[in-house]
Amino acid sequence: MKQQANWSPYDNNGGTCVAIAGADYCVVASDTRMSTGYSILTRDYSKICQLAEKSVMASSGFQADVRALQKVLAARHAIYQHQHNKQMSCPAMAQLLSNTLYYKRFFPYYAFNVLGGLDSEGKGCVFTYDAVGSYERVGYSSQGSGSTLIMPFLDNQLKSPSPLLLPAQDAVTPLSESEAIDLVKTCFASATERDIYTAAKYPYFTLFSEHVRHVLQGDKLEIVVLNVSGIRREYMELRKD
Amino acid sequence: MGTAAVDVPMKGGFSFDHCRRNEMLSNKGLKPPSFLKTGTTIVGLIFQDGVILGADTRATEGPIVADKNCEKIHYMAPNIYCCGAGTAADTEAVTDMVSSQLQLHRYHTSRESRVVTALSLLKSHLFSYQGHVSAALVLGGVDVTGPHLHTVSDLYIYPHGSTDTLPFATMGSGSLAAMAVFESKYHEGLARDEGIKLVTEAICSGIFNDLGSGSNVDVCVITKGQTEYLRNLQTPNPRTYVNERGYSFSKKTEVLSTKITPLKELVEVIEGGDAMEE
Repeated sequence: MKQQANWSPYDNNGGTCVAIAGADYCVVASDTRMSTGYSILTRDYSKICQLAEKSVMASSGFQADVRALQKVLAARHAIYQHQHNKQMSCPAMAQLLSNTLYYKRFFPYYAFNVLGGLDSEGKGCVFTYDAVGSYERVGYSSQGSGSTLIMPFLDNQLKSPSPLLLPAQDAVTPLSESEAIDLVKTCFASATERDIYTAAKYPYFTLFSEHVRHVLQGDKLEIVVLNVSGIRREYMELRKD
Repeated sequence: MGTAAVDVPMKGGFSFDHCRRNEMLSNKGLKPPSFLKTGTTIVGLIFQDGVILGADTRATEGPIVADKNCEKIHYMAPNIYCCGAGTAADTEAVTDMVSSQLQLHRYHTSRESRVVTALSLLKSHLFSYQGHVSAALVLGGVDVTGPHLHTVSDLYIYPHGSTDTLPFATMGSGSLAAMAVFESKYHEGLARDEGIKLVTEAICSGIFNDLGSGSNVDVCVITKGQTEYLRNLQTPNPRTYVNERGYSFSKKTEVLSTKITPLKELVEVIEGGDAMEE
């Protein structure tokens, strides 16, 4: 009889990621449960990684591959900083992530990512990916085990303009920051009711540009500190069964 | 004669009409439909006055929760109940069939059903279907010979339909999590309150540590001459977040045009042919 490999180099550790982009903010969220089969490995594992000052990646799938991917991106970002003496922009990081994923086209990273952040104008941006690097800039996205439950709800609440429209429409959502956070909380509370791989408390990041916020509020431009303070982290409890 | 026998409708049991067709289809690559599985935690134990059964209330279909509050403790007889894990349709059907056989047996004998009777009926049914009826059961009850607890399983042990007689038992995907609790805390001669507490703790262990189990705790306490079914004894998983602002789903499907075709008001009946009678 012919011998064959009876193990797989891949596993699926579950998890769900959501990202929503607004005019001057971006919310990136994911649950913190890591599981395999019917077992929970841990209830407190962050799937969200800050890749640069203004880009954050949330990844579900196989967490060993995700960690390897995060390491590669961190190394590439360090090189970029040495060569250019600046942080990578979020759209640049989006292209780098795509290239990194496609580089392993025939032995892919089993990682399903959403990248959120602020572009060079301070506008919120979300990039959504498949495992081999196909990507798109969108206003909101969901990836992972609960995405089939969450995505239709987001589509209903935040209808995005067709990418075929001319002139091109803005992909950002019309919600305020607090409304977007409430929406994300509802998404996760509902997904955990019906998806066994989504649960435990989840963290979400809110990115916002001090610069744009002050302009919008009529504040003075010169007192703005552009470089730091743009990141905040909150937690909410989810079901534990 | 021979052809007439084929046309007679079947009186009971399963129909195997589509076996050949389905085999052909699956050879061509068609996937058979998936079944509702109760990836479950079910337990039972004997305490000083009788038997306590416990179950979680989650039913799953793959990674999706199909029912958040289903009942897994099935009625067999007034003094016998049975927890079921495996394919939901099988556990339901098998317990219903056996409970009706027990009822008929009681009419025939005018005596209370015995747990071993239920056990024999269950195992002979499961064995005769050689594992195709996938049910793992925890059967418990109190009869004239005292309290009894059994497991009936065809999921783990070959030949399908093997049974066991135990002082405490667990089954389903959460059986290891629940058994860990029983093995560390069970002892002979538990009081009623201690027994309920231990069963609840074992089910909770399954609910929180096994992804196939979840939601609430059901318990059934059977003592001599009395049965107490404690549905949703504990509900440790309430909804975590409700947005006070609520959500609106205002945009409806647009009606582009409407056309109403009225029913014909008058129907003319034309007399023709022979009248049926007279």
